[in-house]
Amino acid sequence: MCLGIPGQITEVYEQSGARMGKVNFGGIVKEVCLEYVPEASVGDYTIVHVGFAITKLDEQSACETLQLFHELGILEEELRPDDTG
Amino acid sequence: MKYLSEFRDGELVQKLLAEIRAVVTRPWAMMEVCGGQTHSIIRNGIDQLLPPEIELIHGPGCPVCVTPLETIDRALAIAAIPNVIFCSFGDMLRVPGSEKDLFTVKSAGGDVRIVYSPLDALKIARDNPTREVVFFGIGFETTAPANAMAVVQAKKQGIDNFSMLVSHVLVPPAIEALMRSPSNRVQAFLAAGHVCSVMGYWQYEPLAGKYHVPIVVTGFEPLDVLAGIHRIVLQLEQGRAQVENAYSRAVQREGNLPAQRVLSEVFEICDRQWRGIGMIPQSGWQLNADYRSFDGAARFNVENVHANESTLCHSGEVLQGLIKPNQCPAFGKACTPQKPLGATMVSSEGACAAYYNYGRFVPVESIQ
Amino acid sequence: MTNSIDISGWVCPMPLRDYPQIVLGHGGGGKLSGDLVEHLFLPAFHNDALASLADGAALTLAGSRLAFSTDSYVVRPLFFPGGSIADLAVNGTVNDLAMLGARPLYLSVGMIIEEGLPIDVLGALVDRMAAAARQAGVQIVTGDTKVVDKGHGDGIYINTSGIGIIPDGVHIAPQNARPGDAVLVSGTLGDHGMAIMSVREGLEFETQIVSDSAPLNGMVEAMLAVTREIHVLRDPTRGGLASSLNEIARSARVGIALEDQWLPIRPEVAAACELLGMDAVYVANEGKLIAIVPPEHADALLETMRQHPYGKDAALIGHVVADHPGRVVSKTAIGGTRVISMQIGEQLPRIC
Repeated sequence: MCLGIPGQITEVYEQSGARMGKVNFGGIVKEVCLEYVPEASVGDYTIVHVGFAITKLDEQSACETLQLFHELGILEEELRPDDTG
Repeated sequence: MKYLSEFRDGELVQKLLAEIRAVVTRPWAMMEVCGGQTHSIIRNGIDQLLPPEIELIHGPGCPVCVTPLETIDRALAIAAIPNVIFCSFGDMLRVPGSEKDLFTVKSAGGDVRIVYSPLDALKIARDNPTREVVFFGIGFETTAPANAMAVVQAKKQGIDNFSMLVSHVLVPPAIEALMRSPSNRVQAFLAAGHVCSVMGYWQYEPLAGKYHVPIVVTGFEPLDVLAGIHRIVLQLEQGRAQVENAYSRAVQREGNLPAQRVLSEVFEICDRQWRGIGMIPQSGWQLNADYRSFDGAARFNVENVHANESTLCHSGEVLQGLIKPNQCPAFGKACTPQKPLGATMVSSEGACAAYYNYGRFVPVESIQ
Repeated sequence: MTNSIDISGWVCPMPLRDYPQIVLGHGGGGKLSGDLVEHLFLPAFHNDALASLADGAALTLAGSRLAFSTDSYVVRPLFFPGGSIADLAVNGTVNDLAMLGARPLYLSVGMIIEEGLPIDVLGALVDRMAAAARQAGVQIVTGDTKVVDKGHGDGIYINTSGIGIIPDGVHIAPQNARPGDAVLVSGTLGDHGMAIMSVREGLEFETQIVSDSAPLNGMVEAMLAVTREIHVLRDPTRGGLASSLNEIARSARVGIALEDQWLPIRPEVAAACELLGMDAVYVANEGKLIAIVPPEHADALLETMRQHPYGKDAALIGHVVADHPGRVVSKTAIGGTRVISMQIGEQLPRIC
C-alpha cells in the first residue's frame, strides 16, 4: 500500500479552490495536490501518493539518519585495528 | 533521485546487515504490515540477505488483497452498467471477483479507465457531464485523504455525476485482531511508513503496551527496511516493547493534521470485511451522512451480489502470516499470477504474487 | 467464434478457458500473448518456420535465404513524443527483419482507417512513413487501404510486412544462446513505453522522454561485419527486455543472469517508473536490440554499437548461464537476487 515517491515542489498555485502545485520527480513533472502540506513551498521535498503530497520531507532528519548508518561499525573497527576492513 | 538513491546505498546496506547479525542471538518473527514493504523486501532480495534467525511474516497490508469479495463483485456490476465510466487504480483491474475481473468487464464493453489520482476521476466526471463516473476508492489510511478530497471537491463544485465506491481499511484494528488470534506468532511489527505519515504513530502506543510488542515505524527503501528491522531486533533482544520511528524524515508522532481534519469531515468508522480474514469490527471507513450522496454503493442499486470465494484459495492464512505463499497447496499450480484464485496472487505487492514473480518457489542459486 | 475450437484438451494453466473473450492483456507481449501463439496459432498453422517463434521467419527460396516478417500497429495516441504510429510501422518491421540478420528490402503497408480521420492527419502520417523508409533504406512497394465505420479503429491501424535477404553464413535464432555468452543491449531501456505513458489519459506527466523508434538494420550490418558469430538478436518491443529474455531463455533452454546495476536506464525513465510503480525491464522499446554473442566478441561488438548513432549507450548487461534454465535472474543493487519473470498481460501502474 502506499507507493509514495519523493519529489521537489517547483510551483504552487490555486485551482478550483484547492492548493495545487507542480512537483519534479527526478526530471518528471506532475501536477500534485498540496492541500495537505500547507507548510511546504517551492524548493521543499514531499512524499507524493496518488497525486497528493502527504508529508513534507525533513532534510535534517534524512541527513542524520544517513549519518548514523555511515557511523555504524566504525566503533568496532576502532576496537579491532588489526582486522582487515 | 534525491531521497531515494541515498537509501539504496549498497555499502550502507551491508553495514546495517552486519549490525543486525551482530545483535541477534535467537529466532524472532516479525511482521511487515505494508504490502509495499513486502514488495521492496522481495524485489531487493532483503529476505535472502538477513540472518536466518529473522523471520519476516508478510502482513495483510495490501488493500487490493483485503478488499472484500462482495465489494469487488459490486464494482464489477457497476462497471458493467452502460452509462457508467468506472475509474480505478491500476492495481484493481486483475483482482478476481466471484466470476470475473474488471478486464473482462472492459472486454465486454464496459468503460473501465485507469487513473493515477482520484482527482483524475473527478476531471473525467467534469468532462463528461452526461455520464455517471464512479471511482473505486480503496486503500489504507494513506490513500483515504486523497479519496476524501475528491468527494470534498465534487461537493464544492457541484459535480453530481461523480460518486465513489468506498472500501477503506485501517491498520490498528488489524494489528489488534492479529495479536488476539490464538494462532498468532508475530513478536514485533514494522509499521507502515506512509500510513503513519498521515495518521502519526500515537495510535500504536497502547497496542505496544497491551500486547508487549515492539512497533517500529518503517519506510520502504532497502536501508529504511533494514533500519526498522535493526531497531526491532534490538528491542526484542533487550526485552523492550516500545513504539519507535525509523522513518523520521517522513513521519511525525502526530501525523498530518490537515489530512486528519478532512478525513474526519468525510468518513466515519464502520465494521469491515477483510477478504481472507473475516470481519474485523470498527476497522473501516465509509462516507458519513454529509457525503452519503456521493456513495457509489447507494447510488447504483445492483442486485444482491453473492460472493463465492474459491475454496482452494488460502489467502486468508497467508494474510494472517500463518503460512508462507509457497506452503499453500495451490501455489504455482492451480493458482498463478496468470490465473489467480485470490487477491494475494494478483496484487503486485500481494505476498503470493511477490513470491511467485520474484521466484521464491524454486531455489535460486546465488549469482557470482 | 469459439464453437469450433475444442479447448477441453488444453493443459492448464490456460487463460483462454477462463477468458472466453480476448482481453487487452492478450496483446501485451507477455504470457497471455504467448499462450495465444502456443495454443491457438501454432497448432492451427503448424510449420517449422513458425515454430522457431522468432520475430520473423527465415525461409529458403530459390537458393536464397529470405527473411519475412509482419507487424501491426494499434498505438494511441497516433502522434507521441519522439514519433508516430507511422515511424513505428516502418521501423518495427525493418527491425524484425534485421533481427534475423537480414538486409531489409521491401515493405508492404496495409491501413485500416477510421471514417472521419482528417486527411491532413493521414497526409502527415504518410509523409513520416516515407521519411522513415528512406532513412532505413527500404522501399514501400505495395499496399492496401480500407475504411471502417466511425467508432471502430482508433483513428488508424497500420500493418506492415517486409522481406529481406539473409547473407550466407548468418544463422541468428533464439535457440543459439549458449552458456558463457555475453548479453548486450544497444542502449537505454523503457524510453518508448514511458513516452507513451506520459501522454496517456489519466496518467499524463511532463517530461523530456521521447520514443526511441529507430531502424537498426545499419547497426546490425556493422555488427555482422565484425563477426558472423552473433547467436541471438532480438528487439525488446512490447513486454520489454524481460519478455524477450524470457522467451530466449525458454527457446534455448538456458538461464540468463543479469545485474540490475548494469541495465542502462535514463534517470527520467527511472523516475517515471518509480512514480507509476512500474519496472523498466517490462517497458517497451522501439529502437533497441539485445545481442547475445560469444564472450570473446563482446568488446568489439560493444565498440561498434557505441559508434553507431543509435547505440551510444550500448552496454553489457549479463551472461547466459547453464543454471536455472528457462529463467532470467538478476543481482539486485544491494546484492540480493530476484527472478525477472514473464509478465502476464500489460504492465499496469500501481498505487500500492
